[in-house]
Amino acid sequence: MDGREPARREVVIPGDLLNGHGLKPGSGTFNEGGRIYAARVGLVAERDGLVSVIPLSGRYVPRPGDVIIGKITDLGPSHWLVDINSPYPAPLNAKETPWMVEFGDTDRYLRVGDVLLAEVVSVDEAMRVQLSMADPQFGRLTGGQIVEISPAKVPRLIGRGGSMVAVIREFTNVRMFVGQNGRIWIDGDPEGVHHAAYVLRMIGGRGPAPGLTDAVRAYLEAAYGRRATTPADGDDDGGH
Amino acid sequence: MEDIEHIPKELKLIDAKGIRLDGRRFDELRPIRIEAGVLKKADGSAYLEWGNNKVLAAVYGPREAHPRHLQDPAKALVQCRYNMAPFSVTERKRPGPDRRSVEISKVISEAFASVVFVEQFPRTSVDIFIEVLQADAGTRCAGLTAASVALADAGIPMRDLVASCASGKIGGVVALDLNKDEDNFGEADCPMAIVPRSGEIVLLQMDGHLTADEFDKAMDLSINATKQIYELQRDALRRRYASVAEAAEQEAMREPARSEEPPREMPPDLPPEVDDL
Repeated sequence: MDGREPARREVVIPGDLLNGHGLKPGSGTFNEGGRIYAARVGLVAERDGLVSVIPLSGRYVPRPGDVIIGKITDLGPSHWLVDINSPYPAPLNAKETPWMVEFGDTDRYLRVGDVLLAEVVSVDEAMRVQLSMADPQFGRLTGGQIVEISPAKVPRLIGRGGSMVAVIREFTNVRMFVGQNGRIWIDGDPEGVHHAAYVLRMIGGRGPAPGLTDAVRAYLEAAYGRRATTPADGDDDGGH
Repeated sequence: MEDIEHIPKELKLIDAKGIRLDGRRFDELRPIRIEAGVLKKADGSAYLEWGNNKVLAAVYGPREAHPRHLQDPAKALVQCRYNMAPFSVTERKRPGPDRRSVEISKVISEAFASVVFVEQFPRTSVDIFIEVLQADAGTRCAGLTAASVALADAGIPMRDLVASCASGKIGGVVALDLNKDEDNFGEADCPMAIVPRSGEIVLLQMDGHLTADEFDKAMDLSINATKQIYELQRDALRRRYASVAEAAEQEAMREPARSEEPPREMPPDLPPEVDDL
């Protein structure tokens, strides 16, 4: 049986034939006999001459440039091992930090259980991951709390051009870091954190509903009893 | 074999009109219902009812393979555990793995290892758990069919879904999808699993005897049936993700100029609050 061609925006299932004339197979797809098929459940996207499938589920697979939130699980004399919520543990070399760490002195800077914001520098074919937090925008996270959502939902959380994050910040006034690996760190006044955490779970919940941005906006407007200053980008579908 | 007494000796498994004990014809499947995404903690899951079979499948991973010495530096392991609940059969089944379930686990693992893109996840394992809650023959096919949906639900890249069905011989007639009585008192049972798009056979076993001609006939029956089963699997996944597609469509309509995800090349607005640290 041959796969059929899905209409754009349709959910594809592994084995679906993608309409990829003149395009190259991107991530989440594969080439077989000159045709491009979907390799996973997701939504089709065409970009830069590539057809790819945007995943709707699945574990976090690190890619260079990702900003992630990691937890220290082990340490060596010149590195830390970081759990980045993926199948692969990631070492953070002492050189990749803003500090001058002496050999054997790693536990003076970061200990097991510490949480940090860092960047994935490189991932090789054997999926060996290198992290860095040398840039001043990264570092150890203290206080606050972490909410975990499915990594496949992170793009939805960020929203178009960061719109969703902006809405959450505007209302709750929390400080928030979003890791590509599905971990979100939030801190602020208790009420703000409470509402932000609720919204994050709403986004991360397993059954994603249409009109998520509106639902989030509606929840926050109800919780804070005021309207958003940023205009809604669609018809408000009223009280949820 | 525990309930041998309730079948009278003279009973025909298939009568002169070609009607079987449960009213099916030789080429009919039992009713099948599949539900994807039923377990919260698993990365992917599926629940399947196939006649009187009830099977739950859960998929975890890709995750770090344990024990470490099993890790393959070049590819992921596909590890399956098929297990029957003690209450799944009439006589209580002693819990735990036995020779039969170890064998089924192995053949199912191998069937999936041939469709999953294992080389994309070196050193990891993809763990598949199949729990048979109620058994009425054909549970390995039911388990495999459910696990295939669970794998797709877990977002594991693979070449195609795997659909599975058994055929056998009862009362001298080659028939599709045997139930418990037919399996116990029939002459042969031949489960198989295929990759519908390419027609590859990834699992083929036989219990009993079939002539070459009968075997060909059984294969044809199973292959035709797997096409129906494939559609049910796809339908279960589509239902599971329908709301996501709707949401994406809405957003696409709002802002047709852009594609639906902030492209990775230009990182989103992250990390947002640099001065906070």
